[in-house]
Amino acid sequence: MDFLIELMEVSFMLVESALYLDTHPNDERALRLHNNASQRYTELENMYQARYGPLKNTGMSKYPWGYIDGPWPWEINFTNF
Amino acid sequence: MWIYEKKLQYPVRVDTTNPALAAMILEQFGGPDGELSAGIRYLSQRWTMPTNQGKAILTDIGTEELAHWEIIGTLVWRLVKDAPLSQIKGTPFEAHYVNHGKSPFPHNAGGQAWTAGYIQSKADPIADLHEDMAAEEKARATYEYLIRVSDDPGVSDTLRFLREREVVHFQRFGETLRIVQEYMDSKKYY
Repeated sequence: MDFLIELMEVSFMLVESALYLDTHPNDERALRLHNNASQRYTELENMYQARYGPLKNTGMSKYPWGYIDGPWPWEINFTNF
Repeated sequence: MWIYEKKLQYPVRVDTTNPALAAMILEQFGGPDGELSAGIRYLSQRWTMPTNQGKAILTDIGTEELAHWEIIGTLVWRLVKDAPLSQIKGTPFEAHYVNHGKSPFPHNAGGQAWTAGYIQSKADPIADLHEDMAAEEKARATYEYLIRVSDDPGVSDTLRFLREREVVHFQRFGETLRIVQEYMDSKKYY
């Protein structure tokens, strides 16, 4: 769960920096922040997928196909955050 | 194209079972200023947006709206999933229940089904971006009403996050409008 929360945090950072960059493509400092977060996201995604299975259906899975495993996102109650 | 990521954009917490609140939150699932309207509106406007900044912002905000639509559906579902019939009867959710059971369905809080008449795409970037900015402010206002009627702290927390996103999107659309206006002016006078 902690893993998933960190993944969600970095993912949100990327959503926010991408929107900003869409209208400020020449802001070098913002781009640096975005690129750092992007690198961190790739690392986290790999760690998450190795442990819990694919986050996307383009991901690699152990046997059997783990993408279908629950809980699905709407089934988690994030009580402690 | 789109690829689903198996996670919510925000860690949704729901503390109570509350069918009446669920019925009100459906406003943002299938109402005029809800997340479905927002997503379909922005994604429909992309083909005639002249600047690359505009194409990117419509794509990325439109995509984020679909993630918000998923969050709203999750709020509704978690507010009703454990409700016995006795807790549904007599609430505004009862009318929803006799048609859709406990499944979220895109209609507004009053039960009016979602329609593409809620959105517009004019092939006129100035008209479209003004519509988009208005849509973000209308959604912000709706979230403020919903926060006032919510008595579930977890739901209120998520509603505040979604309200904040409307503010950010309004800002980005305003910047896009300025960029598009400059682009159109430069074409006129060169």
